[in-house]
Amino acid sequence: MTAQEHIVVVGGGMVAHRFVEALRARDGDNRYRVTVLAEEPRAPYDRVALTSYFTGRDPEDLALGEPQLWEDPLVRLERDARVVEIDRENRVVTDVHGVTYVYDHLVMATGSYAWTPPTEGADLPGVFVYRTIDDVAALRIFVEQRRKDLGRPVRGAVIGGGLLGLEAAGALQELGAHSTVIQFVDRLMNLQVDEGGGRALTRLIEQLGVAVKCNTATQAIKPDKTGKVGRLVFADKAEQLADVVVFATGVRPRDELGRESGMMIGERGGIVVDDTCLTDDPHVSAIGEVACIQGACIGLIAPGNTMAEIAVDRLLGGDSTFPGADTSAKLKLLGVDVASFGDAFATTPGALELTYADPVAGVYKKLVVTDDARTLLGGILVGDASAYASLRPLVGAELGGDPAGWLLPEGAIERPNVELPDEAGVCSCNNVTAGSIRSAVTDDGCTDLAGVKACTKAGTSCGSCLPLVKKIVGTELEKSGVELSNALCEHFDMSRSQLFNAIQVSELRTFSEIIERHGSGRGCDICKPTVGSILASLYNEHVLAQDRAALQDTNDRVMANMQKDGTYSVVPRVPGGEILPEHLILIGEIAKEYGLYTKITGGQRIDLFGARLDQLPGIWTRLVDAGMESGHAYGKSLRTVKSCVGSTWCRFGVQDSVGMAIALELRYRGLRSPHKLKLGVSGCARECAEARGKDVGVIATDNGWNVYVGGNGGFTPKHAQLLVEDVDDDMVFKVIDRYLMFYIRTADRLQRTAPWQEEFEGGLDAIREIVVDDSLGICADLDEHMARHVDSYEDEWKAVLNDPERLAQFTSFVNAPEEPDPSLAYVEQRGQRRPATTEERDSGAVLIAPTRLEVHS
Amino acid sequence: MTTTASAHSTERTALADPHPTRVCALDRLTPDLGVAALVDGVQVAVFLLDDGSVHAVQNLCPFSGASVMSRGITGSRADEPTIASPIYKQVFSLLTGACLATMDKEPQPGLEGRLRVYRAWVESGEVWVDISDSH
Repeated sequence: MTAQEHIVVVGGGMVAHRFVEALRARDGDNRYRVTVLAEEPRAPYDRVALTSYFTGRDPEDLALGEPQLWEDPLVRLERDARVVEIDRENRVVTDVHGVTYVYDHLVMATGSYAWTPPTEGADLPGVFVYRTIDDVAALRIFVEQRRKDLGRPVRGAVIGGGLLGLEAAGALQELGAHSTVIQFVDRLMNLQVDEGGGRALTRLIEQLGVAVKCNTATQAIKPDKTGKVGRLVFADKAEQLADVVVFATGVRPRDELGRESGMMIGERGGIVVDDTCLTDDPHVSAIGEVACIQGACIGLIAPGNTMAEIAVDRLLGGDSTFPGADTSAKLKLLGVDVASFGDAFATTPGALELTYADPVAGVYKKLVVTDDARTLLGGILVGDASAYASLRPLVGAELGGDPAGWLLPEGAIERPNVELPDEAGVCSCNNVTAGSIRSAVTDDGCTDLAGVKACTKAGTSCGSCLPLVKKIVGTELEKSGVELSNALCEHFDMSRSQLFNAIQVSELRTFSEIIERHGSGRGCDICKPTVGSILASLYNEHVLAQDRAALQDTNDRVMANMQKDGTYSVVPRVPGGEILPEHLILIGEIAKEYGLYTKITGGQRIDLFGARLDQLPGIWTRLVDAGMESGHAYGKSLRTVKSCVGSTWCRFGVQDSVGMAIALELRYRGLRSPHKLKLGVSGCARECAEARGKDVGVIATDNGWNVYVGGNGGFTPKHAQLLVEDVDDDMVFKVIDRYLMFYIRTADRLQRTAPWQEEFEGGLDAIREIVVDDSLGICADLDEHMARHVDSYEDEWKAVLNDPERLAQFTSFVNAPEEPDPSLAYVEQRGQRRPATTEERDSGAVLIAPTRLEVHS
Repeated sequence: MTTTASAHSTERTALADPHPTRVCALDRLTPDLGVAALVDGVQVAVFLLDDGSVHAVQNLCPFSGASVMSRGITGSRADEPTIASPIYKQVFSLLTGACLATMDKEPQPGLEGRLRVYRAWVESGEVWVDISDSH
């Protein structure tokens, strides 16, 4: 395969990532192999989300796209490989280590650097810029150290009141520093918002405790007596104390390689490219912030991604051209929504501006329309940007109806219902138009939001367009006769959360009554377990009570986990992973007597495999007699609370994590929920219990506990996000009680906390308002519900052992109860047994027949 | 006690059958909770539905190769009574044995992707199955 051409990408940022992703997605004939030379010691990451690095996310959370991209044999990523020389004549680039790369085509994607105005003292320790993970990490370390040294909160100053400056101010606040934003011009974010918007923004930002100084030029940064940053001196000779300074005064293209190798450079910098992203050298393209396209460098991700797509398209023989930059942006800075789109400053001749301002609520909205007030040209939204997703794609289209509908608070007057034109861009991160979303439904057969996301990539980056995508998908499905149904199954025409409400309100307690009142037919393997789970969540009655047994899914039905051969595994509860030696010995004895395969689980307990249905009561009799109880490993319910050893033994622990884990596990044991629940408790910030991979993670701090929610391992791993910090034990229980109960009431069937939280309208912030600030006034009800659960807990295995009628379910054959299932066959492996494969059965390899293992019948 | 046989086996009586086997007393069965029975060495899953009908199908789940159908969940698709396998959740008709939802899986090698349906009926408070009468 030597005919392959080699593309070398200089730079490893977001646009380089998009280029490679698009190339590998579209180059089906494997025409090209690609090498990415990145300066940073890591794969491309989401620089836009950099600030979230402070809100508890790890660097790897910022990863872009699928990590498998970098394992593609035709993709090579060289980290820490800054290019120092380009020889265009011989088509060779050389990196900082002297390694050379020969290219057929070169893609310049070197991005920008953070520019700082020449200022006295800008080189002092404690002056930072805000561009890379390393910048942000260094800032974090400095601020934390400075606080310790000073013994008081750190005073921070951010020079620059643009988008990046406000990000940096937010980051300083997250680090517990006071921050002041110093802006040269008369308002914050002067590139995006007008005077009115700037005023609203300043008010909102100040309410959050960030000071704002506009019309202020910084002349010098002076050191304190330790030689670190101490104060700022302004042009008017006024001074301000500052222990740390962040420059956020804009970016400049990193075009030095282009200059040195003689590429054409724009007037204000940047490598000049045409509308196909090609430079004056046909073997070199430039994309992203370094490219000077249509006369300017653009510091936004969406146009950068567009350029990457165009460059790929051209390399593959396509004919796409750069349509002009969409400089629309929607941001959440320090929790304040700011959006600006289209002709935000009304530069179109004759343009009219419609504004709405509510200084009390801190809302400012402006729409720019044509002189006949019919066509939308642009707008600015501050404080409430909920209309952004709908409005931005309408730029250039008729608004239809009274534009005031978009300005007044939602619900005041009806918003006109406008059908977006097919070419309207909906997802600007990934360049997805309304038309391609529609065709995903009509031509590609997608029937839900998840399908459309996977198919078009719409909404997979920043997610701000998801409400609109959902609406388009819904409309399109409706048109094609398919309703975007949230029906559970053919028997219930409602979602799980609606059904939960219906059952709660109607107080019906049997499936037959419930399906008669709220559904139709006889039910199925979808709705029966759902109703069984809802009843268990509501009343905490035994899962095998009355007509409940027939509702339970495979595992709950016999309170054990069915394995591939129809036998079960048994997991007794080991709260917090703390176990008595007597119990360990007992588990070992049972395993030996019944010939069970034993394995330690991920949740710090022991799993015994290969127990037949008829053996379960005998096994559980011995466990229950010794004081052990069901571990609910089989239930859509609380599984385990994993813990590290904590302060009682560990040299580093700051709280008793085992004690907390046991308290949590005993509190929530047996709690039935839409999906399984896993918790974790770590005794210090080292996080040995990996609590942030759990639905609820509790991590010790010097002052108490931080509670994280919505973590997930599994197919789509997610780190849990911070819900509350530095709270005491009682508050830990209280917020988790409410969070779990609210989840149980409102999540979909088999929806874990991570996607529930993500899809909940308003996200975690909204959930926090509900469960911490009681914004819906339901906390008393949630508390009472959880208290009922805790009080009414009983070990469900113990209850069954005391009930001969339910025990009768645990027989192998109704007409031959002493006969074990004759079809079971095992082979030995590493001293234990496992189910024989079909081939082993057929070949008659050494099989262990079930009867030979019989000890207890 | 009303004696109700399943829809597909009403015409014939037990006396005319060559190999009828008594499985258990009817009151041993709980509506919608299946049981397994061993009939001449064949594992049979027997179900009593809430309309009083009894049904018998092979206990072997063709998609997993495990003998578990008796532990599945009963239900309906339109008017057809169904049983879902507890392992990979394939849904089968209790009347015809046809697989109504394969869940994108293939049956195990050598097995047919459907269930054998055996004639089952209730007589004098006892549940009977005839494994020689099947489809």
